[in-house]
Amino acid sequence: MNASPSWRLDLVDLKTVKLSLMGDWTLQYAEGQKVEDILIALSRFSRDSLFILDSSGLNKWDSALMVFLLEFVKTVNARSLNLDISGLPKGVLDLINLASEVPEREGSEKKKSSNDWLTLIGNAGGRLIQDGLRLTEFLGDSANSFRGFLFGRARFRAIDFWLQVQECGPSALPIVTLISLLVGLILAFVGAVQLALFGAQLYIADLVVLGMMREMGALMTAVIMSGRSGAAFAAQIGTMNVNLEISALKVMGFPPMDFLVLPRMLALVIVMPLLCIYSDLLGVIGGGLVSVAFFDIPVTQFLHRTAGAVHLADFFIGMFKATIFGALIALAGCARGMQCGRTASSVGDAATSSVVTAIVFIVVADSVITLVCDRLHI
Amino acid sequence: MPDPVVTVENLTMAYDGFVIQRDLSFEINRGDIFMIMGSSGCGKSTLLLHLVGLLAPEKGDIRYGSESLFRASSSERERLIRRIGVLFQSGALLSSMTLAENISLPLAEFTKLSSGKIRKIASYKLALVGLAGFEDYYPSEISGGMQKRAGLARAMALDPEILYFDEPSAGLDPISAKLLDDLIKNLRDSLGATVVVVSHELPSIFSIGTNSIFLDTTSRTSIASGSPKKLLQETKDPRVKRFLTRDSSG
Repeated sequence: MNASPSWRLDLVDLKTVKLSLMGDWTLQYAEGQKVEDILIALSRFSRDSLFILDSSGLNKWDSALMVFLLEFVKTVNARSLNLDISGLPKGVLDLINLASEVPEREGSEKKKSSNDWLTLIGNAGGRLIQDGLRLTEFLGDSANSFRGFLFGRARFRAIDFWLQVQECGPSALPIVTLISLLVGLILAFVGAVQLALFGAQLYIADLVVLGMMREMGALMTAVIMSGRSGAAFAAQIGTMNVNLEISALKVMGFPPMDFLVLPRMLALVIVMPLLCIYSDLLGVIGGGLVSVAFFDIPVTQFLHRTAGAVHLADFFIGMFKATIFGALIALAGCARGMQCGRTASSVGDAATSSVVTAIVFIVVADSVITLVCDRLHI
Repeated sequence: MPDPVVTVENLTMAYDGFVIQRDLSFEINRGDIFMIMGSSGCGKSTLLLHLVGLLAPEKGDIRYGSESLFRASSSERERLIRRIGVLFQSGALLSSMTLAENISLPLAEFTKLSSGKIRKIASYKLALVGLAGFEDYYPSEISGGMQKRAGLARAMALDPEILYFDEPSAGLDPISAKLLDDLIKNLRDSLGATVVVVSHELPSIFSIGTNSIFLDTTSRTSIASGSPKKLLQETKDPRVKRFLTRDSSG
């Protein structure tokens, strides 16, 4: 049988007031009971009275009663009224004791941070600067570790390096194939429509091969790899951070920069130019398909123009970019992984932020390189 | 008079056909602190995962009252599961939420209470485990022992009838472990809950256990049961004796 919770105040004698609790004080039913109501009712009696609690009418109870009583006892004590709680069931008394046994620790309450916009902007700016400093420090550390590698002092397992090469290189071929072929197709289409206005469709070959070699090959591969390998690096290293594996490596004498970052960085720096060559080739094939199929350019003529349009310098600019992009992706991925916090959600944040950081780095680096090449007339 | 809350009947547990324990039959009575003991790797934690319904038995059945946990429909099962609270070995607090949010999560989902009331209940539960004032801390900001106690507060969020503990004192210093044992006992006494503890810590087993089952690794079944203190005095089985007396010889 369920009875809704209620309470009643009775005057036992001139100096004693009895507060009786009745019915089911459970989470299901006790929502509406408010401590304030009782306090208002209590204030009608003399402050010197003895207030006794009576639970003989109490049926079922759970946390709802406890929360209610704890608040009640606290406020009544604060008003220094005379309260006798011994009439409560033993379990309730035990729980009240248990809950008040360990007092709230001094200063454990958290300070709420201010929310006005000036503070928010200031904090965001501060974080940005701090982030820049940490990335710079990470860059320095990895350069240091690379120097150690050149002198044969870096401590990492060759198998890790080859695993990363496998993971970043051959495993990425299908997606690189698809994207590069399509980018070549798109370049050819967009260019051909414009060139056809001047009857210069033949120059599609120039457009595609130069576009792929100097720019799109490296850029598209880099975007793919930052989403694929950069995010994977951040998640792997971040999870190791959460599991204290990084600390374990450190105390065993393996600097994580050598053991984790170096193989990944080397692998991406070596694999990226190779993927870029592959991507260039696929892009040209894509462009060729469009030229031959839609604009009636003979295959031999397309190949002839392609060979005539491209110079070795174009190829090397693309390779150079790919190498730099590879280093940047590895840097962003590993740095975010190493900075990862100790919680599950921070691993997700690290992966997201590694991709964002890598793409920003790539686009900025690409602009700088393109600008420098233009100034140097190469 | 014994009043079984949980009845296990001929339970056989296996991973991919590899039998961990077979033919386990026992009852857990209301108000018991029931210890599941045995050496490492004997299947204690696996048994716990079966009892709370996370793993399905290979054979046999587990009943809560008269209802079978595994033959129940999914809604009935959900209702059964809500009567139990589990403290996992590492606390298993959700790391992206504060302690108060961790405790409020089941309350918000399964009750119709207002958010103010839920917050008060969360504070009360934290006070019960000695963490008053730590409502807005994230699990990563407090110590391992505190995480464990916060995990206990979350396990108690819905005032469960049965509380399961997986190695509650693992990784705690002896004093914290003792305090946690006392807390478990106190909560059992005051809440009237039934407690099931997986443990191989002898001090805990003897100080709080009122009933127990002993799982053996080699024979892959239970070889003893009863009050741990009585077992220590009366058992004739050398394997049980050695475990309970920390004897590494033979």
